[in-house]
Amino acid sequence: MTQPLVKVENLKKHFPIKGGLLGKQVGAVKAVDGVSFFINKGETLGLVGESGCGKSTTGRMLLRLLEPSDGKIYFEGQDITELSTGEMRKMRREMQMVFQDPFASLNPRHTVEKILEEPLIVHGVKDKAERKRRVKELLEVVGLNSWHAKRYPHQFSGGQRQRIGIARALAVNPKLIIADEPVSALDVSIQSQVLNLLQDLQKEFDLTYLFIAHDLGVVRHISDRVGVMYLGNIVELADSEELYDEPMHPYTQALLSAVPIPDVEHKKDRVILQGDVPSPSNPPKGCPFHTRCPQAFDTCATVKPVLQEAKPGHYVACHLYE
Amino acid sequence: MAEALHNTPPVLPPEMARPAEEKAVSPWKEAWRSFRKNKLAIVGLSIVSFFILLAIFADLIAPYEYDATNLRNKNLAPSAEHWFGTDEFGRDILTRIIYGARISLWVGTLSVAGSIIVGSALGIIAGYYGRWVDAVISRIFDILLAFPSILLAIAVVSVLGPSLRNALIAIAIINVPTFGRLLRSRVLSVKEEEYITAAKAIGMKDSRILLHHILPNSLAPIIVSGTLAVATAIIEAAALGFLGLGAQAPTPEWGKMLADSRNYIIDAPWTVLFPGLAIMLTVLGFNLMGDGLRDALDPRMKN
Repeated sequence: MTQPLVKVENLKKHFPIKGGLLGKQVGAVKAVDGVSFFINKGETLGLVGESGCGKSTTGRMLLRLLEPSDGKIYFEGQDITELSTGEMRKMRREMQMVFQDPFASLNPRHTVEKILEEPLIVHGVKDKAERKRRVKELLEVVGLNSWHAKRYPHQFSGGQRQRIGIARALAVNPKLIIADEPVSALDVSIQSQVLNLLQDLQKEFDLTYLFIAHDLGVVRHISDRVGVMYLGNIVELADSEELYDEPMHPYTQALLSAVPIPDVEHKKDRVILQGDVPSPSNPPKGCPFHTRCPQAFDTCATVKPVLQEAKPGHYVACHLYE
Repeated sequence: MAEALHNTPPVLPPEMARPAEEKAVSPWKEAWRSFRKNKLAIVGLSIVSFFILLAIFADLIAPYEYDATNLRNKNLAPSAEHWFGTDEFGRDILTRIIYGARISLWVGTLSVAGSIIVGSALGIIAGYYGRWVDAVISRIFDILLAFPSILLAIAVVSVLGPSLRNALIAIAIINVPTFGRLLRSRVLSVKEEEYITAAKAIGMKDSRILLHHILPNSLAPIIVSGTLAVATAIIEAAALGFLGLGAQAPTPEWGKMLADSRNYIIDAPWTVLFPGLAIMLTVLGFNLMGDGLRDALDPRMKN
């Protein structure tokens, strides 16, 4: 088997909670609590889950914008958690990020040209004419006009800004792009345009995506494989079609049953989950989902299930399939 | 490449050509536009420009030498020869006020520039690096702010010795924490913006992020409080001059002129009136301009 582009092992992020007079650590928010997955070259791995489940934190840790508390991240076989800040900075050439909010992620005082030029300057493209040429090219690649370069971000619509964000990520020819809810802030009509753009770019530049979203429809459209996260854990990971057709984990089943189907005749048994997501600062013992799981039994409350291959290529962390 | 983009609808329909008057409106230009509409701000700007011109061309405008004494003409009332009258040594007050503009503006802008440079540097470092660096720098600011500012200035001058230059240094020192705190709070809020995360994701160094992203986005409040601080600095310089701790005779410093003439306030009120008016007008000008700048640069005031 060929080496995956990215391999993540038991990645954790615990944010300390400080309290008391002396600022002693009194607890931790377990935002990501032992996540493992891999992404093959050229594929798109979708990561879904409700807000606060740790999907964005996972994405940011891959770029080490957040330092992992524990675990390993291998990029092309190299453990990037061991790299120094300086080495990591060079590594960022290979991995880029597209942000959720196209309004906040572009510096309002810079022109588009400056925004797109900056990654080139930082990664050592010295020739000014070469940079200008590349900026024009990037704008055209993402479907904008080259004369947009002199404008400021506030003169663009949300969809156009997101294209600028994508162009910025492409500027240094990365291999991996982490897209953190890239279309969540956009109108539905614009979402498909941006998704198509991302897919076209993937083909053209042989990109690998980690696509983070909470919209199951969007993720299905773009992903080859999908991972479902709940309370800092991946509970199910499978090929996109397989996951949507035959979800195994009760949480995935509940999520999918909540997707509206545009058919008035369609009657479907909806799995309604009771209660709220438990606090990640005090996650339940055993399976993180057992407090709300309609099929939970005794073992679930005591033993935490591990992610196992239940069917070829279909991983699930649930005691029902052991 | 064209093939790959087939599915992507162009953002603008192709027939919509580039508009003839396609101009990028930079945030600064936009601020200038709204500043121009503000009448009071323009009044302030005019007053300030007027005094700046006086200061620059003092040698050409002033009718007499600022230190030319003539004891026969002492305390003359305003007349065609001496528009603002003369002081106790028979020196022309108009001339002294024109030269005084030079000193007041010089002290005001230079001391504020000093405070901005030192304060901003400290504030940026404190805000960006946080932790103990922040704690140490912030405590220094707190200590400086714990003293009443004019008292601190007097203390600094009495250590350094009374002179115009030392007064300038003292005023610069007492304003450092104002700018330090301002910048620190700006950095703290700008640092959390997503475009800073984006800059990090691109692989930018801290120094570049600070200079190219955080500093430019903190410039607007510095300009506003800088302008207002010049007004206060001018008053402080005048106060130190009045107390004899600033400019020394025969330098035509407005505060010093007030102090020297206060014995003649009944017999020759013009000796006090005109320097006082000059101080008031300059300070008013800077304040009006500062207020206008604040309205123009504050994004929340935009409609």
